[in-house]
Amino acid sequence: MAEPLVDVVLVGFGWTGSIMAEVLTAAGLNVLAFERGGWRNTANDFAVSFDQDELRYMWRHHLFQNVAHTTLTFRNKQDQVALPMRRLGSFLPGSGVGGGGVHWNGQVWRFLPSDFQARSHNLDRYGTDVLNATDMTIQDYPVTYAELEPYYDRFEYLCGVSGKAGNLSGKIQPGGNPFEGARSREYPNPPLKMTYGPSLFGHAASNVGYHPFPHPAANMSRAYTNPLGVQLAQCTYCGFCEKFGCGNDSKSSPQTTILPVLMPRPNFKLRTYCEVMRVERTRDGRHATGVSYIDENGELSFQPASIVILSAFTLENVRLMLLSGIGPPYDPRSGNGTVGKNYSYQIVSSVNVFYDDKITNPFIGAGALGMIIDDFNGDNFDHRGLGFIGGGYLGALNTGARPIETHPVPDKVPKWGAEFKRAVAANYLKTVPIVTHGSVMSHRGNFVDLDPTWRDARGRPLLRMTFDFTENEHRMSDFLTDKAAEIGRAMGGREIRVNKRSGSYDIAPYQTTHTTGGAIMGSDPKTSAINRYLQSWDVPNVFVAGASAFPQNAGYNPMGTVAALSYLSADAIISQYLKSPGPLVPA
Amino acid sequence: MTHGISRRIAIMTGAASSAFWGVFPVRAFAETIRRRLPWAAQVSDRPSHIDGRPGYIFLGASEAAFIEAAAARLIPSDATGPGALEAGVPRFIDRQLAGAYGGGDHFYLQAPFPKGLPTQGWQMESPAQVYRAAIPAIDRWSVETYGRTFAVLDPPTQDEALKAFESGKAQLKGAPDSKVFFALLLQNVIEGYFSDPLYGGNREMGPWRMIGFPGARYDLRPFVSRYGEPYTLPPVDLSERQA
Repeated sequence: MAEPLVDVVLVGFGWTGSIMAEVLTAAGLNVLAFERGGWRNTANDFAVSFDQDELRYMWRHHLFQNVAHTTLTFRNKQDQVALPMRRLGSFLPGSGVGGGGVHWNGQVWRFLPSDFQARSHNLDRYGTDVLNATDMTIQDYPVTYAELEPYYDRFEYLCGVSGKAGNLSGKIQPGGNPFEGARSREYPNPPLKMTYGPSLFGHAASNVGYHPFPHPAANMSRAYTNPLGVQLAQCTYCGFCEKFGCGNDSKSSPQTTILPVLMPRPNFKLRTYCEVMRVERTRDGRHATGVSYIDENGELSFQPASIVILSAFTLENVRLMLLSGIGPPYDPRSGNGTVGKNYSYQIVSSVNVFYDDKITNPFIGAGALGMIIDDFNGDNFDHRGLGFIGGGYLGALNTGARPIETHPVPDKVPKWGAEFKRAVAANYLKTVPIVTHGSVMSHRGNFVDLDPTWRDARGRPLLRMTFDFTENEHRMSDFLTDKAAEIGRAMGGREIRVNKRSGSYDIAPYQTTHTTGGAIMGSDPKTSAINRYLQSWDVPNVFVAGASAFPQNAGYNPMGTVAALSYLSADAIISQYLKSPGPLVPA
Repeated sequence: MTHGISRRIAIMTGAASSAFWGVFPVRAFAETIRRRLPWAAQVSDRPSHIDGRPGYIFLGASEAAFIEAAAARLIPSDATGPGALEAGVPRFIDRQLAGAYGGGDHFYLQAPFPKGLPTQGWQMESPAQVYRAAIPAIDRWSVETYGRTFAVLDPPTQDEALKAFESGKAQLKGAPDSKVFFALLLQNVIEGYFSDPLYGGNREMGPWRMIGFPGARYDLRPFVSRYGEPYTLPPVDLSERQA
């Protein structure tokens, strides 16, 4: 059953799909987006009258990808047997219109300029020892920070990010992040009002000699109208961002920034509850003809398209490439092949500060509300003698202390019983959480491929993840945790509790949804799956948008960079590809 | 231009849908949305109230006896605030196990279920099946170890037994690992204690009052800058605010 040809098919309709669709329809292209979940909007799906429900959204996964339908298999090492992730835990991808952009925190960062030269920069400064010790396969991005700056800016203004610039055209600004790359202008909105706990962190960090600044937040510090004319309301600090939809239209999402403008456009169509099964290609495999997709009734159809853009979650992008035979699968033994290569993640830890005399009301929060230091991110500090590369930010964030998830107790308190209960009651209002958010480099043995055994509800192979933290990550995370503890002690509480990340990566507890890699961008088709415009080296009318493009992970939340790369790609499709369809970079 | 599609259609619709589709309720139909921003009047994705009838729906008598006894030790009643029993936690667990969660609606439940590594997470059947298998096994273990079922042990012995589950020292026969089950039970007890009262636990928001969490208060702006001051308004829950 064939449908009429469209210019562009988007596979997945979250942030990247919405960004691509907006730019490409504005240029006059006919765009059709596929979304495996349903339509969602604020009034019907996460209104203020019922969105503050910790059990339903966080613990029963109401807005997340349902693993009953599609999951992945996991093992730490290649000599282990991967088993299905039967329950979502470590990371929480979205499903439905808006994707993870509905339930994210709104933490909008730019990577450091040196993050884009992770390999050459670190080799120049530190030599080969650290890279060789853990079989690192890090690569440089094929784009620079300077090239992405206008696109970072575009996303920040789309989202109305609340923050304080630290570097305006090379001039360091008081109160901002002095380590960041140069910005062309200030954030569109001032920082959120700071809550007590993070302000205590900021003072202590400053006294210790570090450089605190407010976390850049896609939570509105004031009412905002974005460049598309879409309005967002001032945040009410209710503390239900992360894992929840915002009932107040105060958190940027595709729904609150793009869809009101995009949806009515005559050259845009959205097909919900339709799951793309694979990208179809011509007989020689060099050109995509469209996608085959299946609806909720199990009906399979073919949708022809001139351009196919994979804009699903990181892991699903890679699985679709493997299922569709786009690009050579990565082989960890030989190191050859590209699709599935350099799967990466982040490593997080925390420190709790407990006070006797200070009521911090940690439930007052917003997804990206807090004070941060960036002194130990990327290469902002001298790594000589430390035995690792990379780093991360750390800081005190008040994302909302929902009590099933957040009821910190001091060290050595049991996890249940009368003593536990007393400790929860005594400490809940008098704590400050400090989190560290560390990069993970890519390593030869960390990758994804298709599982030989397990299948999804459609009978297709699940993606198989092989991943573990290496010595590099553990040393780095311990270093960050020590710094967090140093500041925590300087905050003058009764005591602190240090929660280090030790041992192998565990897929059960929630850590972060920042999975990256598998369809990485690069300048050489032998070592990357896509080029600087997110275009497949092997099938040039296929583009792959998302954190799957990251050659390794940085110590920042990925969405700012994911969005910037999407804008770069969409602009290249319009300005270059349409004039001369074919490879935009010679192989 | 395309090749092999019709053959794949036959394979996929035949093999995949018959094996799986019966298990998953079809929630909605595929829809093409064009030239509009959808919004539906008088429809919202609100949560449902639990079955309000008295008594248990999922738990049998011996299962309920175990859950009540264990919950009473995990969060005991004392001067600090309500215990799990006063907060309605057993009823919360019962309704959860009787409902979609118990049936594993958000779990991947393809057989077989080989024992995994600790880092591979949940490798069991649905929560309802896990409880159904674990509780009799715990009582058998308790009778072998202490001569009586868990629910009728004295509280110090119950605590000792719970510690044996928590550490995994108790070997349960024909049931999930005791350590894994304990972690699930404790998680569900804490969920029942602190979730919105809509779900049967956190009765009268007693646990929220105990710690000072204001619940579903929607606008906390007036309090952001009042450093060190107590939050003075009482908590609200979802049904109260809707009323």
